[in-house]
Amino acid sequence: MIWDVIVAQSPALLIAIPLLFAFFCPFIGKISNMVRNIWVAVGMALTSAVALILAWDVYAFGTRIYVFGAQAANYALPLDSGGIPVRIIFTVDPMSALMQIIAAITGLAIILYSISSEQRHSGLSSFYTLYLLMITGILGMVSTGDLFNFFVFLEIVSIASAGLIAYRVDKGLAVEAALKYFVLSTIGALAILFAIGIYYGEYNALNIAMIASRMQFTVLDQIALVLIMAALAMKCGSVPMHFWTPDAYSMAPSSITAMLVVASQASLYGIFRVLFTLYNVTLNTATVGWIVIVLGVLSMVIGVTMAIPQKNVKRLMAYHAISQTGYMLLGVGVGLAVLGNQPLMDSFGYTAMEGGIFHIINHAMYKGLLFLTAGAVFFRIGTYNLNKMGGLGHSMKWTMVFFIIGALAIAGIPPFNGFASKWMIYESVYVFNPILAIIAMVVSILTLASFVKVFHSIFMGPKLPEYEGVKEAPLPMLIGMGILAVIVILFGIFPETVVSTLIVPAAHALTNQGAYIAAVLGGV
Amino acid sequence: MGIFSSLLSGSGAWNPLVWLLAFVVAVIIVYLIWSRGEKSYKKGTEQTTPFISGNKEPSKDAVHVRGGNLYWGYTEALKGYYERIVPLHSGDMNDYVLWYLGTTALILVIVVVLS
Repeated sequence: MIWDVIVAQSPALLIAIPLLFAFFCPFIGKISNMVRNIWVAVGMALTSAVALILAWDVYAFGTRIYVFGAQAANYALPLDSGGIPVRIIFTVDPMSALMQIIAAITGLAIILYSISSEQRHSGLSSFYTLYLLMITGILGMVSTGDLFNFFVFLEIVSIASAGLIAYRVDKGLAVEAALKYFVLSTIGALAILFAIGIYYGEYNALNIAMIASRMQFTVLDQIALVLIMAALAMKCGSVPMHFWTPDAYSMAPSSITAMLVVASQASLYGIFRVLFTLYNVTLNTATVGWIVIVLGVLSMVIGVTMAIPQKNVKRLMAYHAISQTGYMLLGVGVGLAVLGNQPLMDSFGYTAMEGGIFHIINHAMYKGLLFLTAGAVFFRIGTYNLNKMGGLGHSMKWTMVFFIIGALAIAGIPPFNGFASKWMIYESVYVFNPILAIIAMVVSILTLASFVKVFHSIFMGPKLPEYEGVKEAPLPMLIGMGILAVIVILFGIFPETVVSTLIVPAAHALTNQGAYIAAVLGGV
Repeated sequence: MGIFSSLLSGSGAWNPLVWLLAFVVAVIIVYLIWSRGEKSYKKGTEQTTPFISGNKEPSKDAVHVRGGNLYWGYTEALKGYYERIVPLHSGDMNDYVLWYLGTTALILVIVVVLS
């Protein structure tokens, strides 16, 4: 009975639980730090549990819609609404569920890590409040079926993220990074709001399924598409709109940087949702597909080449995050370029998309892990400067092992998860255009070279006198890193199970516009 | 679909368990070759010190190569590329906004003209 209620109300609980825990966090913080830490850990654990339950339900029984304020959760079209879904509707298909799984796992690992990594700082009640708001925003972005609602959740993520990036102040540098992020995010959000206004003026609706069912691809629709696509590409750190990324990623606390990766991926999800669900074959798929591919290739190449000469480990990793986003854009872009051509989709289009989508979850895990290892090193020695590091492998053995796992995964070395998704991208993209696949492989080699440098700089060499007393990272931080490391290994060793269970349904849900529309508009 | 199934791409297959098996076999072969090696090696004696043309070995922390010294040759070879690409990352927010607006405009022209 209780289980049924939880499953039935899970889309609402997904937002309500982190909001509730965020709201009460400052009050609980007045009691004691320990009680507050337990409060946020429980809040995040419950949120993750609900997200996983909802994801399980979606993968087992199909797309879920949840109409807020309706007599029944699936009552999308009230009789007096004129055939328009007027209420806020969450539409959770396997693609949304996959993104929820990413946010749930990463969010939980990071909160465990943060309890130790942030213990020496003040203002933690505000920190955790913003963190839970960020989680709320990310989960809302990937769950909502309403464009204006998407904009609202995007703004929640941007405001919470800006506050968290500026959290450590750091002589004003962190505040400056947050300001850059916030100004760009606000301009991007205004562009998105303008695009939503265009849709509303044209189609008298804000619901994604409703607009998709009426999509004409007029000049106004083309303008709206570009406004949304460019804004979200900027938000996910795509070159040449990536400039805020190294600044913000390097200045935020490491735990927040790991979560910023997930937030960026929620924006990437937004691009894919708009391209495939809102427009699908109504748009010029070859042209827009190639735009996505070019953004992907630029991100891969410029990201990795800018990473290699960096001396700040987090700035280096930030450029790699840009580079890895390029792989996702490349894979899904190839799928988009051949969308509507069923033989080509069957031949390599679906595999390219699956590779790109698989890379999203893999990247969240190994990049999150790498940022957490960088944070663990900073926690002990107080610097991100690679020139000042060395010999830490003697004293931080577990952190070193976790770093090696993350580094091999991002470089696409078998049998870790990064290899499996990159392999799918190489194989399928090669059929589409061999030059693109060769570029992707060269980028992987450069990624390996870059992380060999980082590994050598941080962990190799003799124990340096200034780090004589350095100890291993605290247990909660190791647990946080360990959770992500285990997933990196398991996803790498059993890729077929992950792909067939999680990725294939997500890719097909993304391309099957008709099913998405039917799930909402067919639920009268 | 089984837990030990290969991942298929349409033109190839990938099975990490087979790869792991091959890796274990390779490790065993390496171990066997290593175990047949010179047994008179003594750790902690002058056998383990490097020969630097008769000079005394410097202390370990004095010879540690720091991160900034790595890949000098790579960045030097691509100097022309880096001289152009690094200044673009100016840190100036006005530039960031201009890049975003410029890219948006370019995509808009491509999409509207080609559609």
